[in-house]
Amino acid sequence: MTELLIKNGFVFDPINKINGEKMDIAIKDGKIVQKVSSKAHVIDASGLTVMPGGVDIHTHIAGGEVNTGRIIRPDDHVKDVERKTAMTRSGTGYSIPSTFTTGYRYSRMGYTTVMNPSMAPLQAKHTHEELNDIPLLDKATYPLLGDWWFVLENLAKGNVEECAKHVAWMMDITKGYAIKIVNPGGLESWGFGHNVHSIDDKVPNFCITPREIITGLARVNAMLNLPHSIHLHTNNLGLPGNYITTLDTMKALESVPYNGKPVGHITHLQFASFAGDGWAHFQSASEEISSYINAHNHMTFDMGQVIFTDTTTMTADGPFEFSLYELGGHNKWVNSDIETETSGGIIPFTYKKNSPVNALQWSIGLELALLIKDPWKMFMSTDHPNGGPFFAYPRVLAWLYSKKAREITLKHCNKKAQKKSLLPSIDREMSLYEIAIMTRAGQAKALGLSNKGQLGVGADADVAIYDINPEKLDIARQFKVARKAFKHTTYTIKDGTIVVKDGEVVNNKTPGRTMWLDIQTKNPCVIDEEMKRKFKQYWTIEYDNYPVFEHYLKVPQKLTIKASV
Amino acid sequence: MTEIKSVVCPICGCLCDDLEVTVENNEIIKMKNGCAQCEAKMVHGYKSEERILKPMIRKDGKLVPVSMDEAVHKAAQILTDAKYPLLFGWSSSTSEAQQVGVELAEELGSALDNCCSVCHGPSVMAEQEIGIPSCTLGQIRHRADLVIYWACDPWASHPRHLERYTSFTEGRFEGSEWKNYMEKLKGAASQKKVALASRRILGSYNPPIHPQTCTVDAPPQAINKNGRKLIVVDVRKTITAEAADYFLQVEPNKDYEILESMRCLVADQELDVDKVGGVPVEYLKEVTDAMVNCDFGVIFFGLGLTQSAGRFRNIEIAIALTRDLNRRTKFVISPMRGHFNVTGANVVFAWQTGYPYALDFSQGYPQYNPGEFTAIDLLRRGDNDATLVISSDPGANFPRGAMQNMMKHPIITINPDMNAISRLGDVVFPTQWCGIECEGTAYRMDLVPIMLHKVVEPPKGILNDEELLRKILEEIRAIKAKNPETENNAELKARNKLAPRIEIKQRKKTKKAEVA
Amino acid sequence: MVEQKLRATLITGRTIDQGVGKEMGKGSIEYFESSAVCFMDKTDMIQLGIKSGSNVQVSSKYGSVIVKAVKFPSGITPGMVFIPCGLWANAICGDETFGMGMPLFKGFPVEVEAAPKEAVLTLDELLMKEYGR
Repeated sequence: MTELLIKNGFVFDPINKINGEKMDIAIKDGKIVQKVSSKAHVIDASGLTVMPGGVDIHTHIAGGEVNTGRIIRPDDHVKDVERKTAMTRSGTGYSIPSTFTTGYRYSRMGYTTVMNPSMAPLQAKHTHEELNDIPLLDKATYPLLGDWWFVLENLAKGNVEECAKHVAWMMDITKGYAIKIVNPGGLESWGFGHNVHSIDDKVPNFCITPREIITGLARVNAMLNLPHSIHLHTNNLGLPGNYITTLDTMKALESVPYNGKPVGHITHLQFASFAGDGWAHFQSASEEISSYINAHNHMTFDMGQVIFTDTTTMTADGPFEFSLYELGGHNKWVNSDIETETSGGIIPFTYKKNSPVNALQWSIGLELALLIKDPWKMFMSTDHPNGGPFFAYPRVLAWLYSKKAREITLKHCNKKAQKKSLLPSIDREMSLYEIAIMTRAGQAKALGLSNKGQLGVGADADVAIYDINPEKLDIARQFKVARKAFKHTTYTIKDGTIVVKDGEVVNNKTPGRTMWLDIQTKNPCVIDEEMKRKFKQYWTIEYDNYPVFEHYLKVPQKLTIKASV
Repeated sequence: MTEIKSVVCPICGCLCDDLEVTVENNEIIKMKNGCAQCEAKMVHGYKSEERILKPMIRKDGKLVPVSMDEAVHKAAQILTDAKYPLLFGWSSSTSEAQQVGVELAEELGSALDNCCSVCHGPSVMAEQEIGIPSCTLGQIRHRADLVIYWACDPWASHPRHLERYTSFTEGRFEGSEWKNYMEKLKGAASQKKVALASRRILGSYNPPIHPQTCTVDAPPQAINKNGRKLIVVDVRKTITAEAADYFLQVEPNKDYEILESMRCLVADQELDVDKVGGVPVEYLKEVTDAMVNCDFGVIFFGLGLTQSAGRFRNIEIAIALTRDLNRRTKFVISPMRGHFNVTGANVVFAWQTGYPYALDFSQGYPQYNPGEFTAIDLLRRGDNDATLVISSDPGANFPRGAMQNMMKHPIITINPDMNAISRLGDVVFPTQWCGIECEGTAYRMDLVPIMLHKVVEPPKGILNDEELLRKILEEIRAIKAKNPETENNAELKARNKLAPRIEIKQRKKTKKAEVA
Repeated sequence: MVEQKLRATLITGRTIDQGVGKEMGKGSIEYFESSAVCFMDKTDMIQLGIKSGSNVQVSSKYGSVIVKAVKFPSGITPGMVFIPCGLWANAICGDETFGMGMPLFKGFPVEVEAAPKEAVLTLDELLMKEYGR
């Protein structure tokens, strides 16, 4: 069907400042339009909440590391299976679902765009092969560049422009969307088993510090006019007292010229907001961090909320994963360093309510979201699957919009954590409007995806319709009812096609697009014989075989950017 | 005549991608940079007279050429008639073909297994127990100053491994040991000449018959030198062992004890015995000292660990040793994957189903159990009643007991040439040589994806694996659609009525006291 | 003293010649010559009273096969014999997996006897003998 009319729903479209207004949304040929003909298929959305399709700025769903996680966790899959149906492929879950299952489950929750935040450039083809197999969603992925030798060498010499050209080249050949930086300098150090411990530590064998990498790449990002800012996983992640490093990082980025567009995004902020001088004196630093954020506008963040369940941690932060292994209690540890580029690690992990640390981590994520006043700065995420599986998002939302929900969970947490938690003193309950910002509008805006996260004319017709009547349902008091509604949409619409109805996939012909950046620099990176020779020295594959050829993207969507260099 | 560079070799897990191939009149006439196996395949083997040029069906005991449509229909009929077929092989197909394989198995409700079950399946099982600290091969090239080949012989199975990735390669932080090796070879050659001469002078020599023990030499000083060091551990002295700074000969089936002893030594524990696995403990101590004192060490291991007694436990203990070493220095471990895309089969199966091999779809969702759904076990028990074999040769590589059971039911083969299983097949399909006649993605032993090239056109009428499997799948769907009352169809309908997800019940909260 | 039977441990595995042979084609002379062989220690061959290049019968509890005995190119490995993986080796390998999916390819007992009058079967002959095709 090419024409669709969603009638009479309560529309929440923050980008267009629509806050629960009863209105119609008209769709034609996959786009939101002003109006449609009488031939349009009508969805009666009376009493229902209509939002733009969900946008997830950070979720590990595809690529080498995710897949190694799948391989080592048959115990995770056996308890959560999806049968083949006439409409859907079979698969398994729980914390690392197989690809088809990932697409269906996100779509059932009303999500329509997801961003895979970590891609080792050398394994980029693998990431794209998996993204092709995630149906019903638009996707993009971020290449890991913070420890790439070409970046380290150029920035060490102060050649920011040369660095920018190489980054543009890398974005093109990996078909990437944003510059991802993880524990900058730490991953190269981990090549010999070391790490960095502050943003001013020197990286062994390279004359550079994390501060220089972060600010250098932020400048590169601005030169290239990339739609998203640098996407940063800070140094010292997961260590007590690391909030100092997080503050130092945010302050360092103040030096990057700011023209109204954020210059950096710190991801899974919860893991970077720890105070205390050790695990025994572990404290929340959400007040310090949120105070800074409330006073500064140059950055965006996502939560990295913890869920009390058995999940799997996986990040490019190899040294962090090893330190998690050393904490004890984990028998499986994967390490995967990637030559010239990055590293990685995986540890299955269970967050427990009776653990004083885990319970306080749970509190920290929510404290941050509630203390940061502007929901356009802080987005909902669990850093899936690191904090918890993505299908637990409705639980996170319930904690955000219902103090009662928070109290009930906090009551079962470790007593020490209860005492340290700031939640009892926080009364804030997010409205549906703020939820819409934190789960779609804000994320789309931070990503520079102007056609997503909103229902204005011209936007992609990605819509989620939930069984929530804002006039009749008090989501704070009846949080379980609202939570159930967020679990399965009444309708999910992708590019103007109904793909999910009453929580079931009804159309499987929508593979979704893979978005990538075609950055046009004035003087492109010169790939001469010298560069090819260097390439051969640095990597174990030939230059000719390195790029992701275009046919690797089943449904590509090229976004052309004009750089300033 | 065309010269094509950066061609990817489609033979072993090294996936060397620096071949230079000369093509004339649609034939490869020359190949540069590849190893002897590569030369054999790329210049001779792929165009041998054993090439299958037409599909065949066995009629009255003989394989008879038929049309593609007839063969596809026959294969599809066999697979739909079977209650529980097995789809096996996959390790020399492209990732694109492997994806169709998963779809086919799901459609049939069949078993799905790949060659790793007789190769590095135990390594996968060990990783599932304990994880694996590893890295890509370039990290070894740049950083490793201690390389250990344990229970594998790269010179035989992965001939360019040392020159491309380990001891004989130049890295950013470590240099090549090639010169030293050449010096050593010259020295060894002179020693041999002297020994021969002595024998001529002193008369022929009958060595005493030894009892069943092996002789182990003490570790030389070379394992503590600066620069790259190479240690080989094996039950017999291979050519790789001859290149090593130290060859440690161990008794068969004793690797587990030796590795566990090394863990004790790394943890500074004393051992109560003098020897383990035929090796004096003080020699093991010197080796573990070298491991602890290196800057970056790596253990590459092979089928000597996966196939000897203990199977995956051997790998598990080797990984545990590597893990322990990470508390003292940087150490990684890496399996020497055999076929060029067996890693890809694990990777593709896992992203689409969650599991890397030994799969079953009979319940409508993926199940995994090595020892139950692995090919050899299914065959032993006679569980499957038809087999599809693609890009592999169980006819030559499976023990006869398993093969004899496979022979009791129809066999469909998809291979480019008349290997052993093709000779035994009931429906025999030709296919294109991946990496020569068709392109596609393969995964190197260290999980790096590389795209194989097409350098010549295939013979007329021959499809590639992906296209052929799609044809068979479509025919299967057509047969099922025409026969709505078949058992398989009824089962599928019944399955479709069931809820798509099996939810987990929430654990009940207990009233235990909180642990402060 | 020359023994009638040698008790040994069988290892099967890769050699470079067998690697080349399989790429030339399973029906090729290279595959036959590289894979229908049994590498033995020099002292074991003396014990059996055989010379390198003569035929032997290697038997396990799973079957027996005639292959050509060849001296190990280097090293000392009495009591161990090595047959490259392939059709001849699999005539005597076991299919027990002990619940692990992996059958018996290495490290199990065999008996080796001199068989100078027996011929080594070709690929097709052995397939016919084992599988009737």
